[in-house]
Amino acid sequence: MSGEPILSVDRLTMRFGGIVAVQELSFEAERKKITALIGPNGAGKTTVFNCITGFYKPSDGAIRLTHDDGRQIALERLNDFRIAKQAKVARTFQNIRLFPGMTALENLMVAQHNALMLASGFTLLGLIGVPTYRAAEKRAIALATDWLKRIKLFDRADDAAGNLAYGDQRRLEIARAMCTEPALLCLDEPAAGLNARESAALSELLLSIRNELGTSILLIEHDMSVVMEISDHIVVMDHGVKIAQGTPREVRDDPKVIAAYLGTDEEEAVAVMESGS
Amino acid sequence: MTATPHETTKASRTAGIPFLLKTAFINALIALVLFSLMVGIRTEAGSDGQLTYWARFGDVAALVGAVFGGSIVIELLRQWIGPTGAEKLVPPSVQSGMSFIGRYLAPALLIFTLLVPVIFYNQRYILDLAILVLTYVMLGWGLNVVVGLAGLLDLGYVAFYAVGAYSYGLLATSFGWSFWICLPLAGILAAFWGVLLGFPVLRLRGDYLAIVTLAFGEIIRLVIINWQSLTGGPNGVSGIPRPSFFGIPLDNSDDGLAAKLGIEYSPTHRIVFLFYLILALALLTNWVTIRLRRLPIGRAWEALREDEVACRALGINTTTTKLTAFATGAMFGGFAGAFFATRQGFISPESFTFQESALVLAIVVLGGMGSQLGVALAALTMIGGFELFRSLENYRMLVFGMAMVLIMIWRPRGIIGHRAPTVYLTKAQVISSDLVKEGHG
Repeated sequence: MSGEPILSVDRLTMRFGGIVAVQELSFEAERKKITALIGPNGAGKTTVFNCITGFYKPSDGAIRLTHDDGRQIALERLNDFRIAKQAKVARTFQNIRLFPGMTALENLMVAQHNALMLASGFTLLGLIGVPTYRAAEKRAIALATDWLKRIKLFDRADDAAGNLAYGDQRRLEIARAMCTEPALLCLDEPAAGLNARESAALSELLLSIRNELGTSILLIEHDMSVVMEISDHIVVMDHGVKIAQGTPREVRDDPKVIAAYLGTDEEEAVAVMESGS
Repeated sequence: MTATPHETTKASRTAGIPFLLKTAFINALIALVLFSLMVGIRTEAGSDGQLTYWARFGDVAALVGAVFGGSIVIELLRQWIGPTGAEKLVPPSVQSGMSFIGRYLAPALLIFTLLVPVIFYNQRYILDLAILVLTYVMLGWGLNVVVGLAGLLDLGYVAFYAVGAYSYGLLATSFGWSFWICLPLAGILAAFWGVLLGFPVLRLRGDYLAIVTLAFGEIIRLVIINWQSLTGGPNGVSGIPRPSFFGIPLDNSDDGLAAKLGIEYSPTHRIVFLFYLILALALLTNWVTIRLRRLPIGRAWEALREDEVACRALGINTTTTKLTAFATGAMFGGFAGAFFATRQGFISPESFTFQESALVLAIVVLGGMGSQLGVALAALTMIGGFELFRSLENYRMLVFGMAMVLIMIWRPRGIIGHRAPTVYLTKAQVISSDLVKEGHG
């Protein structure tokens, strides 16, 4: 693989009791590229995500994040909120996790919590209303407004997030993750439940994040039209192990991948392909 | 979309008559089972100590009849007004009137409160009651930070009230420190205990958190009872100094405020002073809470209530966020406790039972979690209303319970259940209560 990796996963293993969800998985995600993690249901994709974003502690293996300045962070040693705060890894969830009772704008403001906390002197300066905090808040609102415009939700800034349409909620969640100004954005099935038009808008948004902001993206996705269109690199998993990787074209033609998706043996898949073509 | 609620309501109304009778019949049956033993059979010790009993069929019949009629009335009212979801049925004129009231209610209440000592100067009873109501308003606002904003169910809030009261009582009686030095200390000590409680319970959620905080409240009370050498045990702390007007005592001595101002001394001066003191403390609580809501910490509290996992994914330290909520709430409880001690002049563990925690929590839940105005209204209704029905004697609790049931039918999310956004671009729209989460601890 060319280019320098932002994320390198080395022999990652995750066991739940006797069940091995992920076994010795190694892959790399390139900087300023979109890497997709695909595989049939139950392949262990979300488990890998939860390990990377600190929701699970891996049983074994190493996850290295390399920042632009060359700083390396061992993600498997950080836990919980520190991955987002210190390592700058942001994520979205398979089942959307917005703050439904807060407005779209508020959702994006909460995402800038750590920067604003610092500006408000851990609340004390903010309480007495020092001008530096007010300026910081203005900047935060400007950033949030910018993102609302990008995801075409500017008109609905003051509506409760729970009142937004499903596709809008998906985009808002991505914007919220981006408001933490991450180095790596992890998206867990961002196109799930979207119609064709919304999927296309999502692809456009993700490409603009990569091209304009240079944020590296790692995504899990079932919607092959999205994956094939935007991914630079694809890693295919099945039953907790990596079965293939490469460019979209390479992966699409890989008999092992087709076999995994069809749930058949490799030979059968090859036979099916050959008889079809 | 707009037609749907109308149709469904109409349908439920027409289909309602057999349904109404069925519900009423079931309720009457439950009442019959309950009251047949509780009311229907009266037992008493006879003249020779033997058990005598007789049946009271008339009373049971009356009660069951009342339940039957009452459940029809309540069901009708419920279909008429409906829960919060059916609010769209209210005509626009009424709605605009409501929003008009909503806009001017808080300032009107504030002005009225400021004038209470002027209007009721000679009515000591009303002044005392007003002080009591304001104490609960302050406690409610303090607990609102923990329960309403951060969504952490705290059943032991009275512990911090006790810590504040004993901090002031003991510091003032042992060292002779003045109220104005002890007040911040009481708040700091209560906040310290809040953090101390916070650490072990942060892992717990929902019911488990509620149980541990409940136990904490009891532990503090038991420690106060048993640590005789420090707290005086069940005898309490007496002779707690009255507050001074920034060093000038409020008595009829030559140094007193009345003598200095050259006016005739009256014991009401002290009551009026206490009234404005608790009003100032309550307004401080309110001001700080409103400001905190608009700061990142307040938004993080509310985000925590909405979704803790998402907070962690955004890099928010949920541990310290919860701790600050606990500490802030506890600090206000401590202030209120110090005020309570100086007002009473005597404190004992009896004032800090679980019932107080439950009452304050009821005020917060009834008022609408997170709503400052709602909590103030609920405190006024609960404490003031309780006094209002004093003449009803034994039926007071019954009236109180009925009022609670009615409010829970009409306003399941409290008097003011909706949420106002903390920041907006063009227009602050209220957020309907069915979107706002209550938190899971």
